Amino acid sequence: METIFFTYQDFYTHTKGVSYVLIVAALVGMAFFWSFLSGKDD
Amino acid sequence: MSVSRRKFLGWMGAAGMGAAAGRSALAAGNKHFEGHPGSFGVLHDVTRCVGCRSCEAACNEVNGLQAPDRPFTDLNVLAEKRRTTVKAYTVVNKYDVPGKASPLFAKTQCNHCLEPACASACFVRAFQKTGTGAVTYDHSVCVGCRYCLIACPFDIPTYEYNEALTPRVMKCTLCYPRISKGQLPGCVEACPMEALTFGKREDLIKIARERMREYPGRYVDHIYGETEMGGTSWMYISSVPFSQVGMREDLGVTPAPQLTSGALAAVPIVAGLWPVLLMGIYAISKRKETIFQQELDSIREAAQSQRKEDV
Amino acid sequence: MPAIAAEDAKRFFTLFNIVSATIIIVGIVITILRFTKGLGAVTHLSDDNPWGLWIGFDLLVGVALAAGGYVTSAAVYLFGMKKYHSAVRPAVLTGFLGYALVVLALNYDVGRPWRLPYPFIMQQGTTSVLFEVGACVALYLTVLFLEFVPAPLEWLGLKRVRQLVVKLTLALTVLGVLLSTLHQSSLGALFLLAPSKLHPLWYSPYLPVFFFVSSIVAGLSMVIFESTLSHRYFGHKMDATHLSEKESVTLGFGKAASLVLAGYFIIKIMGLAAGNNWHFLGTAYGYWFLLEVAGFIALPSFLYAVGVRNKDLALIKWTAAWTVIGIILNRLTVSLIAFNWQLPSPRRYFPHLMEIAISIFIVTLGIVVFRFIVTRMPILYEHPAYKDAK
Repeated sequence: METIFFTYQDFYTHTKGVSYVLIVAALVGMAFFWSFLSGKDD
Repeated sequence: MSVSRRKFLGWMGAAGMGAAAGRSALAAGNKHFEGHPGSFGVLHDVTRCVGCRSCEAACNEVNGLQAPDRPFTDLNVLAEKRRTTVKAYTVVNKYDVPGKASPLFAKTQCNHCLEPACASACFVRAFQKTGTGAVTYDHSVCVGCRYCLIACPFDIPTYEYNEALTPRVMKCTLCYPRISKGQLPGCVEACPMEALTFGKREDLIKIARERMREYPGRYVDHIYGETEMGGTSWMYISSVPFSQVGMREDLGVTPAPQLTSGALAAVPIVAGLWPVLLMGIYAISKRKETIFQQELDSIREAAQSQRKEDV
Repeated sequence: MPAIAAEDAKRFFTLFNIVSATIIIVGIVITILRFTKGLGAVTHLSDDNPWGLWIGFDLLVGVALAAGGYVTSAAVYLFGMKKYHSAVRPAVLTGFLGYALVVLALNYDVGRPWRLPYPFIMQQGTTSVLFEVGACVALYLTVLFLEFVPAPLEWLGLKRVRQLVVKLTLALTVLGVLLSTLHQSSLGALFLLAPSKLHPLWYSPYLPVFFFVSSIVAGLSMVIFESTLSHRYFGHKMDATHLSEKESVTLGFGKAASLVLAGYFIIKIMGLAAGNNWHFLGTAYGYWFLLEVAGFIALPSFLYAVGVRNKDLALIKWTAAWTVIGIILNRLTVSLIAFNWQLPSPRRYFPHLMEIAISIFIVTLGIVVFRFIVTRMPILYEHPAYKDAK
């Protein structure tokens, strides 16, 4: 069951915190993916 | 001072802190937010305030604030409009309202918003809307950026600009330590006119409506703070339009966090898509360059073989 | 020996050196005052006006004018416009110094600067736009440093380290554009939290877009402006490539600036419509808004276009300076002039002389360091040992 938040402030603190972590993961992941994608270019 | 019915109600509210709170049917699902159930607030009846400044004196003492420039018994200070300062978490102002025989007085202090702009603004989470309703400030993490002063629509927080190394934001705490122990805030206890009533926010709204029903025509049909900025814990009722007693009526009902949540929501999308867009542009321009080089090379080759033929 | 010493003395005591040294000494004195007596002793900041010149100018203007770094890198490395290559290093240097000075100014402005890392190491205020600004600026300063560092590495002859860093160029450029988009727009988004305090002609849900688009304009114009000044004062340091590419940089960036300014103008008008704020145009603030939009957005867009069409380099250069002034005016307007517009005059803000002095001190530091770097490191010329330099 998901946590109940009583205020927008608490809700946003949680969701945006998760977003920031995901942003870092996405950028690192993209770097590797791009490397993979252009792997066999001369 | 004998216990008034209103003060008693306030104490009952404080004692009933642990009572099971009824939760709105909308609370589940995290789509609609109504605040911490059973949280407290204060109702300020502007018609009862006489500008005695007892609340200011009590606040100063309870919070150990600096001595004021002029004593609290000096009522001449009311000749000018004042705002909160680092020495004063709360001030009472006098308002000469046209059509009213005598001036009105209204107390101002932190409104302990349900969705505080200061909490939304703070990049170190120094402000917290507690379950009691009080919005507290943690000076041990504050960096001193003063974005909270920018954010507060009521112009309440102040800053210790004259402290070189340990400046703090100063604002009313709703006497958080006191109300956590079941006591009344200092100002509420000190008020001789019962202009301040402490209790659960939902009860205060009922009390205010009841008072308006009991005295038809005395009050403006609106509880200031019921919806302003998404609702505040400190609410006001008045006999004249609120703008005439120093309260802004143009703030709207949007809670502060929602003013910036839209812009912030774009951040992860930009972070996810910009690399794709930019690498795409890079790939396209690199491809164009490769093709250009190839065409250049094939023209050179053709020119060379032409020359060989001529020879 | 006396004759040589006298020569050195004459070379050192130039007008610029004397003036800048004075400014720096005054700056150091005020710095001591600020940290021993508090902000109240050296600023006119108040509870009504918590943000003053150091935020309005040093931070907001500083970040906007340092935007040339990401704009130029993107043009050369992502859009493949190789003919602007000589403009990259000066733009990156300006960007790096600009952001470094912004961080320096921040250390003056916040109440407890030693706590600046707190949002990252203690508690995260993730709902705050300022949190995002802080994170992006910190990361971008790192990116700019890494983009700048090949130059001093070449100067020091550290070949292998330099090779390593240069490999990062593409990634740094992409990261730079991403981070810049985020924080340039977020500096505008800061003010979304105060609709009751910012004048309706400037308060708009589009504030982040306005700030981002105008940062591109600022970056393009600053590259032209800085290139003009560098030619005047450091022309002797420039190599043939740099000198020959200068005209194409001026024309190319002027054309881009003209186009982006036109877009900026259009969206500013759209913002007016979205807020239904036409009736404010007849007020004093309205005239100021019209001056900004007509005089510092529409006009330079047109002048840039004329300059590009007629290959009039002088017109483009003057327009660049004029545009930079317009960006400064816009940032100061949003943060200081149109902010708290409803407060009565006695409660309005004007900077203390010492605030102005510190701002001048910080800019002077930037110019002095810029001069030091540009006269010693391969910024305006390619180091002979690295002719393949990226």
